[in-house]
Order: sequence, then structure tokens, then C-alpha cells
Amino acid sequence: MNNTYYGKLIFELSKEGRCGYSLPKNELDNYKMSALPANLMRYEAPCLPEVDELTVVRHYTNMSNNNFGVDTGFYPLGSCTMKYNPKINEDMAAHRDFTCLHPLQDVDTVQGALEVYYNLQTSLAELSGLKEFTLNPFAGAHGELTGLMVMRSYHASRGDDKRTKVIVPDSAHGTNPASAAVCGLDVVVVKSRPDGTVDVDDLRPLLDDTIAGMMMTNPNTLGIFEHNIAEIAKLVHDCGGLMYYDGANLNPMLGVCRPGDLGFDIMHINLHKTFSTPHGGGGPGSGPVGVREGLEQFLPNPRVVRHEEEDGHHYTIENNDNSLGFISGFLGNFAVVMRAYTYILTLGHENVKNVGPLATLNANYVKESLKDCFELPLTGVCKHEFVFDGLKDKSTGVTTLDVAKRLLDYGFHAPTIYFPLLFHEALMIEPTENESKETLDSFIEVMRKIAKEAKEQPEMVKTAPHCTPVRRLDDTQAALKPIVTYRELVNQE
Amino acid sequence: MNFKFFPHTEDDIRSMLNTCGEQKLEDLYKDIPEELVFKREYALPDALSEVEVRRFFDDLGSYNMPLTCFVGAGCYDHYSPSVVNDILRRSEFLTSYTPYQAEISQGTLQYIFEYQSMMAELTGMEVSNASMYDGCTATAEAMMMAVANAKKRNKVLISDTVNPIVIRVVETYAKFHGVEVVRIAAENGVTSRADFEAKIAQDDVAGVIVATPNFYGILEDYTGWADLCHEHKALFIMNCVASALGVIKTPAEWDADIAVGDGQSLGIPMNFGGPYVGFLCTSKKLIRKMPGRIVGATTDADGKRTFVLTLQAREQHIRREKATSNICSNESLMALYVTIYMSLMGKQGLRDVNELGYSGAHYLAEQLCATGKFEMAYPDKPFLNEFAIKTTLNVDDVQSQCLCAGIQAGLKIADDTLLMCVTEARSKAEIDALVEQVQQLIDEEEN
Repeated sequence: MNNTYYGKLIFELSKEGRCGYSLPKNELDNYKMSALPANLMRYEAPCLPEVDELTVVRHYTNMSNNNFGVDTGFYPLGSCTMKYNPKINEDMAAHRDFTCLHPLQDVDTVQGALEVYYNLQTSLAELSGLKEFTLNPFAGAHGELTGLMVMRSYHASRGDDKRTKVIVPDSAHGTNPASAAVCGLDVVVVKSRPDGTVDVDDLRPLLDDTIAGMMMTNPNTLGIFEHNIAEIAKLVHDCGGLMYYDGANLNPMLGVCRPGDLGFDIMHINLHKTFSTPHGGGGPGSGPVGVREGLEQFLPNPRVVRHEEEDGHHYTIENNDNSLGFISGFLGNFAVVMRAYTYILTLGHENVKNVGPLATLNANYVKESLKDCFELPLTGVCKHEFVFDGLKDKSTGVTTLDVAKRLLDYGFHAPTIYFPLLFHEALMIEPTENESKETLDSFIEVMRKIAKEAKEQPEMVKTAPHCTPVRRLDDTQAALKPIVTYRELVNQE
Repeated sequence: MNFKFFPHTEDDIRSMLNTCGEQKLEDLYKDIPEELVFKREYALPDALSEVEVRRFFDDLGSYNMPLTCFVGAGCYDHYSPSVVNDILRRSEFLTSYTPYQAEISQGTLQYIFEYQSMMAELTGMEVSNASMYDGCTATAEAMMMAVANAKKRNKVLISDTVNPIVIRVVETYAKFHGVEVVRIAAENGVTSRADFEAKIAQDDVAGVIVATPNFYGILEDYTGWADLCHEHKALFIMNCVASALGVIKTPAEWDADIAVGDGQSLGIPMNFGGPYVGFLCTSKKLIRKMPGRIVGATTDADGKRTFVLTLQAREQHIRREKATSNICSNESLMALYVTIYMSLMGKQGLRDVNELGYSGAHYLAEQLCATGKFEMAYPDKPFLNEFAIKTTLNVDDVQSQCLCAGIQAGLKIADDTLLMCVTEARSKAEIDALVEQVQQLIDEEEN
């Protein structure tokens, strides 16, 4: 690892007169931009770096060395499903016959792209037990928002305008209530029982004709399957509401259950979780939304539609008047769609069904192997992930944050920490189906070692990490006096 | 189970199950009611090997037709240097998650800081967030930001000269978020000043959204607009084409409060519509109302300069239903894309790109008008590299004639009008080829 250049910003490598690009000679230089009215042009050029090509390449290559990805090592980040991102996906997403297409070019010239899009729609419908999907949403949270818009459009189409509330469990991902708020819905929180599942007795009195629906993830954020799901869905349906499935935790369900069969009406899927597309340091993702029969008309425009014809089939891009409207410029993150469909083709029906069971096996194996050192608040089988409430021995003062930071020293990414909010010292672990027993064993060994270190050298753990490119950061300073651009940085120095 | 993505041997499975105190894999699902378990095979294709996957996409790819592109309208065919794609495939960037563990995510955090710095430079604004999904949703977020900022107002004005693709997304978000969107009329290709003045004077507007260059490629004169907005306590929001900001008057120079738009024009491949990257820049004063992630500079325990996600108290995972937005995953890798692009291009490169587009577009417009069958839709209006042009020919005939020669001749925006765009990726020969097809059509019609 070469960190010689650590911390230098590209702006600091700039030297006036250097250049990192080449462009064709202007064959039409009698048409000059200087003819445009001066008052419509920039007074001052942007202060962008001036660097040669190799400097740019080295700068970003060195920078990447200060990063940790799934390809670097084990990434047990709970609720994020950090599975392997197959290389063939990248090659197919970069296929020139697809990347060169303008989203508004003649529909007859993009039939191949539309077929990929359509095929992924129908594959996701089969895998989830729902009728139809849109691939337009750009991310999971965007899918939630889109799904809630479908929910509201459905009620509006029936003239049922009293339904302004959506029920969200207290263990839900933060995006659920936030998406509801963006969609103009009020959030009603339903409590969890001591076993981590939705408290049906707490739910019942909340249900009336002001409820638009309920958002749930199953298995929930504690990795527990909501075994009362059929009863919950019936209660919500009986009061006229719809069931929304947050697909963030879909991975363990592959080969086991389909949300549509559990009573859900609307759902989103995170292609960047369950369908192996890379997270890219926080996007681009993709959050396809599926609906039960009868709700298709409300899906966002534009839609890809297949028409069977005598000599084959033909795809069109259509807008539906009953649709909720438009939530994206075009048809979503198409290159991510290419990756996800590549993954489904690679797995085929014979391997997709093993994804859930193997992910679940890995999670239970880690849980059972560490529960003597870490506090396990919920016993019994988990699904793809589980939550420890910190170290078993709390007397050392070593917190979940310290454990997470110490893991970095040992070459592992940390689990998700301090979520869900039900436990003070939550440490949420999700090993995916791609991890070998050997990898899990080495993680287990390190976790046990850290538990031992916490007793014997607590200070060392509390000041971790020690071996990473940088040490623990001062985030209070960052928030108190935010410096968010190079210009501010220079002015401050 | 013998499959390349599953490392589990039969022995592994047995011994791991043993640790869990279970006999078989199904036991791990014993908590799921039997009637809810999916029992049949998925109706999906058989697994394909890599060579078969490649063949599959090669075959399907042959049903696409790569075209010489003269369409813009929100997606621009700019050239992207090889360096960008090469670095983007580095798995340390590609396969990482959101940089929550800052000590091992300085790569991501630092490029986001550089991205924010460059977008602030490009728009002239003080601050930028870490990225939005696309230009349309970024504009919708700006609309919601304006309403949140105004507290008791829920009306937003949007000019009819904003790209209709953006308007319809803004209107959809508005409908559900309880915001009233009112259009400002267009006159001769630009926003009507009189209509704007009449509507802002009602003192119930939270924000005003305009575009630069506008949908027709026109550089509108917004002199005095920001003052009028501020006088009436509304935010002035500009939707911009990122690449053009290298040369045209910036949102900051127009005194805008929020600059939004799509960064796709900074070399991102057209990719049939995505992924692109939305940007949202604003003033320091409004930073705590901004949606999305923000990276800030700080120091580590050794005093070393470092970068970290900051102002997270605005975000959904902390504030839940009270967050400024529901966005979490954004378009981080595409932010890296435009950061590397701008590093390579610098201010001169962006200027050269715009100069080439300007020359090509003005040449094309002139050539088409010279045929006698075309005239500029808005003849007295200045444009950069995109323009609306009217024709007395049948627009569909023009487009299909060109399509046969592998050319996408603009976007039909009215029965007699095409919206045309020329970037630095179009050569004079390609422009001439388009004009030649049009001339052929004219000749055929006249014979």
C-alpha cells in the first residue's frame, strides 16, 4: 500500500499550464463562442485543477488504496448485503452496444436494451410473487417513496382521501419514516415485542380508516422472521390498508419465501444488495418497485411494454394516464439493470434458490460461535443477519464503537453499529452467502480476540484503530464548523 | 451447491449446521409457517456460463442500433477520456459501501470532498452535497427545500422553459408532498418576465425554478430575477446543464440560492438513461436544510487532515420522519466519474468542449437554414450547443431519412420543430452527413 500521497487533494497537485485532455482540432473555428453576449457568460473561470494525465491516474489510484471494498476483505455490514459483485456484471454493463444508447433515441433502435429491461422486470416479479415491476427508481429509498406514491394513488383512485397515515415498526430502517414524510404521509410507530417482532396487540388499535398502509421488512432489522406476518397482513387489509415490503432484507428469502405470498401488495428491491450490483461507495443503486395485480396502472411512467406480434415481439415505451407520474428522467439506472440481469442469468433458477439458505447458514454460524463473548439479546434462529448488544462483559468500558474500530486493524470491515435503535450497543452482523467457512472462522477468531483485549488492554481497544491509513476522526469538529470545499479549506488555513 | 459464488462444501455445511445445533438447511427456516414457504422451482432460465452470458448480450446488443447522436434534451453525447472508466473499475471504489467507517474510507471521502469542491466552483455556489440521483430528482429536492425553508408557503413557480422531463418529476413529487406547482409562461422561447412578476407579487411563493441553458438551448437573461425573488422571500433556484457552466454565467453570478442539475454532461456515457449524477449546490446559510450526504474536513487523533461524513443530524438515519430528505444511497461512483473528468479537463478543457459544441451547433443550424426548408424557432436568441429549429418538411420524414443513415437527427418537440444538439464528439463530417440526408430528402420531394 502506497500512502505517500495520503491527504493531498487534486487541487494541491495543480500547476498552471498543465493539461490532462486532448480534443479534436476545431474545423469550424470561424464560429466563435465569443460572439455570445458577454453578460450571459461567466465572469471568472472555475478554479479547477490543472494536472497531466499520469498525475490524475496516480492521484486516484493512491486514493483508492485508502479504501476498503468487498474485494479487499470481509464486509459484514448488517442490512447492507455486501455480497460479491461479479466481474462479468461489469463487463456486460460496459457493453458498447448498450452504453452508447441515448434514452430518447428512436424506440426501434433500442429493442435489445428494452428486452433486458423487460426481462429483469418479469424475473423480479417471479422471484417476489408480485405482478409487475418498474425499474425506474434509483435506490432503495427512492423505491420506498415510489411504492408509497403507488399506495396513495390507489386510495385516491377510490376517492378514499382520509388515509393519511402509514404504520412503521420501531425497528424499521430510517428511510421508511423519511420516505413516508416526503410522500406526505404521517408516520405511526408500532412497537416491537421482546422477541423483536411486531407487537400485534399494539398494532390492532392503530388500524382504522385513516391508515394508508403499513411498511415492514421481513426478516426485520434484527434478522428475525415476522412469523405473524399473515395475521398482520390480514389486519391491515381488513382495515383497507396496503402492505409495503421494504426489500432491504430480501436476500435470505431467495429460495424460501416470496413477499407476494406473505400478503405484501407493494415492495422495492435493492439491486445493489440482493442482486449483486456494486454499492459504489454509496450509489448508483437501483430500487425496482413491484406491485400486486390491480395496482400496475399506478406504477410510474414511463413503462416498458412488450407486444407479441406475428413475427416475434416488439417493445415500446409508454405512458399511462392512471400512473402516479414520473419519478425519474428516463428509465432509471439502466447500467445497474444490466448488471442485475447478468447476475440472474449467471445464477439461473438452480442457484438462486440456494442464496437465502446459505446466507442464513453463515449468519447463524457466526452468531452461535460468538454468543459466549457478545451479548445476544434474541436467541433462536436468525435469518441473514443478527444483532449483538455489545460485549458480554460491560465492565471494561469498551463500547461497540471501539470493537468496530479495532476490527479495522485486523483487516475486516466493521458491522453496522448502533442500529437498530432497540439496543444501546447494537452490533449488526450480516455475512453473505459468498463467504467461506474459513473467512467466517478468521472473523470469529478476531472477534474473540477483541473481547479478550477488551479485558486485558481496554485502552488499546478504546483508541483503535492503530493500523489504518488514518486514526480515529474528530467528527464533532467537522459538524461544528463545517468545511466542505477546498476553497473553504484554503481560506481557513 | 457446487457453484462459483458459493464456497460451501458439503462438509462445511454439515459442520456449520452442527455448530448451530441443526440437522439440515431447512431447519434454519423452521420459524416460518409452512404455508408461507415457496415450494416450486422459480420460472427462470437455466444458469449460463460466462461465455453464454456474453453471447446472450452480444445477440441482444445486435437489436440496438448505435447512432450518430444529435439529441440532447437532458442527456449529452460528450467524449469521456479512457482514464475515467479505468479508475472507476478499481474495486476499492466500486465495491465499497457508504463511507461510514472513515478510517478505511478516506478514498471515497476524499473524492466526495473534491467533487463538492469542483461542483461549488462550477456553479459558483458555496457548498455542494455528495450527489443526488439525477437532475430531475435534484430539482424536486430543491423544490422541497424551498418549501421547508419558507415554512408557511407551499407554492413553487417553475418556468415553462425548464426541460419538460424535469418539470414532470417536480410535479409528481409536488403532488404527493403537498406543494402547489405553478408554471410561468414561456414567450418566444424564454420565460415571460411579466408573468413571473405577476405571480411572485402575490407573496405566497416559496421558490422559483428556471433553467440555464433552457430546454431550447437558449441562454436566458435573468437580470433582476433573484432580487425580485428575495424581495418576496422566495428562493431562486436554477436548473443547469453542468458542462455549460464551464463558460456561461453561473447560478452564483445570477445570485441564485440553489443550483441543481444533472452532471451527465461531464462525460458520463449516455447508458440509455442512467446512471447519471444529480447535483445540488447552495449557500452556506442553507447548508443545514440541504438534502443528502455531505463530507467535511477534520483531523484524526494524530492531527492529520482527514475527511468524514458530516452534518448527519439532517439525515434519515438520525432524524427519521423529520429528516430533510429520504435520500441515502446517492450516485457516489458517478460523482467520482465527474470528479476525474473535471480533473483531466480543467477550466480550459471545459472551455474547449463548449467552444467545439458551439461551433458545430452554429454550423449545423446555418447549414440547415441554407437548405431553405428550415428556420430557427427563436432566431434572435443566443444559444450554446443546442437549438430548436422549425422545418416545412415533414419532421418524421426527416428523422427516418437520417435514421436509415445511422443518424439520430434531433428530438421532435413539436409537429414542425426539432431540438438539435452538437457536442465535441460530433465531427464536421458527421454534421455534413446529416445535412446531406436532409438535402436528399428535399431533392426527392422536389423531383
